Amino acid sequence: MTLHIDHVTKKFGTHTAVNQLSLTIPEQSMFGFLGANGAGKTTTFRMMLGLIDASAGTITWNGKSIGYHNSSQVGYLPEERGLYPKMKVKEQIVYLARLRGMDRKKAETELVYWLNRFNVPEYENKRVEELSKGNQQKIQFIAAILHKPELIILDEPFSGLDPVNVELLKEAVRDIQRQGATIIFSSHRMEHVEELCESLCIIHKGSPVLHGKLTEIKRSFGKKNLLIDSDMDLRYLSSFQGVVKIKERIEGITLQIENEEISQSILSDIQGKGFIRRFSLEEPSLNDIFIEKAGASFE
Amino acid sequence: MNRFGLILSKTYMQKVKSKSFLITTILFALAIVVGTNFQSIAGLFDSKDGSEETWEVVVQDDSGTVAAALEQQIVFVNDQIAITRSEESISELESQVEQGEYDALLSVTIQDSGKIMADYFSDSLTSDRYSSDLQVAMQTIQSNFAASELNLSADELATLNMPVSFNHRSFTDGAKSAEELDEARGLVYILIFVIYMSVLIYSMMIATEVATEKSSRVMEILVSSVPPIQQIFAKILGVGLLGLTQLALWAAVGFVSIQLSSDSFEGGIYTLFDFSGNSLGTIVYGIIFFLLGYFLYAALAALLGSLVSRTEDLQQMLMPVNLLIVAGAMLSFFGLANPEASMITITSYIPFFSPLVMFTRVGMLNLPLWEPMLAIGLTLLTIFVIGWFGAKVYRGGVLMYGNSSSFKDLKKALILSKKER
Repeated sequence: MTLHIDHVTKKFGTHTAVNQLSLTIPEQSMFGFLGANGAGKTTTFRMMLGLIDASAGTITWNGKSIGYHNSSQVGYLPEERGLYPKMKVKEQIVYLARLRGMDRKKAETELVYWLNRFNVPEYENKRVEELSKGNQQKIQFIAAILHKPELIILDEPFSGLDPVNVELLKEAVRDIQRQGATIIFSSHRMEHVEELCESLCIIHKGSPVLHGKLTEIKRSFGKKNLLIDSDMDLRYLSSFQGVVKIKERIEGITLQIENEEISQSILSDIQGKGFIRRFSLEEPSLNDIFIEKAGASFE
Repeated sequence: MNRFGLILSKTYMQKVKSKSFLITTILFALAIVVGTNFQSIAGLFDSKDGSEETWEVVVQDDSGTVAAALEQQIVFVNDQIAITRSEESISELESQVEQGEYDALLSVTIQDSGKIMADYFSDSLTSDRYSSDLQVAMQTIQSNFAASELNLSADELATLNMPVSFNHRSFTDGAKSAEELDEARGLVYILIFVIYMSVLIYSMMIATEVATEKSSRVMEILVSSVPPIQQIFAKILGVGLLGLTQLALWAAVGFVSIQLSSDSFEGGIYTLFDFSGNSLGTIVYGIIFFLLGYFLYAALAALLGSLVSRTEDLQQMLMPVNLLIVAGAMLSFFGLANPEASMITITSYIPFFSPLVMFTRVGMLNLPLWEPMLAIGLTLLTIFVIGWFGAKVYRGGVLMYGNSSSFKDLKKALILSKKER
């Protein structure tokens, strides 16, 4: 049950939205799909779902194309949230689940479970328009996973949620994965991806720029972060050989360095010049990697 | 239940249970009940004027013969008029009428030539129908007097008053007589109006449904679950069933109301509802052309509804379609007066007008069977073409968001839904 994306290209007229994208997403994995706004994430998701056809290349799930014949095995949380505003939660979730081939009775039982799990059992008979945006999002998430799909595509699942609800949702996503589902999600929040995904892909302007396991990506990135907390003025280090970037903090500075050896030369350079409260060498964050690879900044 | 059935039943049930459906259905049903009981209801308001009471007329007649004849004759014309003979002077009687002792005063004299002269005084001019009834009765009396003067027998008198028999026939074989045409016109008029209104309303309902799903963005989930062509046709069929339900309810209310109504339905517009051979055929054609018109415009509306991002843009998008429907209705109303005009004949084969214009011709003329069949065939073909094309546009259209409310978006939608292999 692997998802294979093989040299997929999508052109809209002269504009190339996705260019030569190849990915293999193993069964039961949690896969992060990153990219700046307009990088082609949603287009790729829509191609995975068979909503639009690829101009070239193939996408297969378990050796078969994805389409209406197996929509009961696929769950989708679109980036643009949307439910029927006038319909009651229960009515519409059950309706959407039945459209994906689920039995009415089963859908009702599952819905009660999930509403309880998300601490909102009282919403069962409320109209969606009466709910807050964050709560609508929980309902939307339930709509995507209620029918126990094997492949789940979540486009920005955590946006617009408070930290408590983000945790609730993360926990749910992990549980679903443990039960055997393959989950692909996109996010702008790098810490969510770092926390949840074993492997990921960064696409930039339609082309994949980085693809692999999170740990390997970090290792192969080479560059490290060096945090120094001190009262000294350390800004001169920006011209130190091997220092790529310098960022000032209230407590001190953060340096991005070419490799870990450079930290030792810096240490010997600043030694004795003043009081150093902290000197620590850290792995680069996904945010750093993303900014370098996708050339755009995110919160 | 399969997905097609699910969408169909959801569309239907949600609309049937909606308040707006309930309210429009009830309001229109009430209007039908009022319409079929119009005479009785109007009568309710009249009763205080004394329509149930008698109209007291005091007759001052020097000869005495006219008053006596009037007493006998008036019963046949209007039995609510009561005649009282009086010998008193005119001025005396006038003051009695003013005081309300009598409702009206009739002063009769016979001239030497035998002509009856009558003067009628009454409080108001609104009691016209009594005066005209009196006039009718007096005219008969006049004729009877003249007849007896001339020694004519009753039979001879009847011969004199014999009405002309005037029958209008056409040279064209099977053409409807003027009388039949008038009868047909009423029913066809009503059905054209029903078809026009329901096509307009129900196709708008479809477009709104699609646009709402799109603007609320639930569409992306739907379109990833169920193929667009199934969605379109399930919705169209669902709303179509809703329309039939509503029309059937109204027809039933109308039928029962006519049965129970105390109004007399003879003559006037009610000749239309005798469901004789001719009008039954017209009604069957009416149902067929309603369905054709509905499916044609509903498919078009679904296609256009899928192109707008916001329901606010819908009106603008649907404008050309609504104009087509209105043009069809205009042509039909023109066709009611001139069903044989060549413009009507030609437009009756244009699919967008056929449902209304061909129906007008079928209702008004005795057409050979192939003519309506050809129009039905052409319209069916157009429905399938639009349905097929609509599904393609729909597939891409529902994924497009932006300031889309122009026909340029058609192309964009087609590109988006393009089958690449």
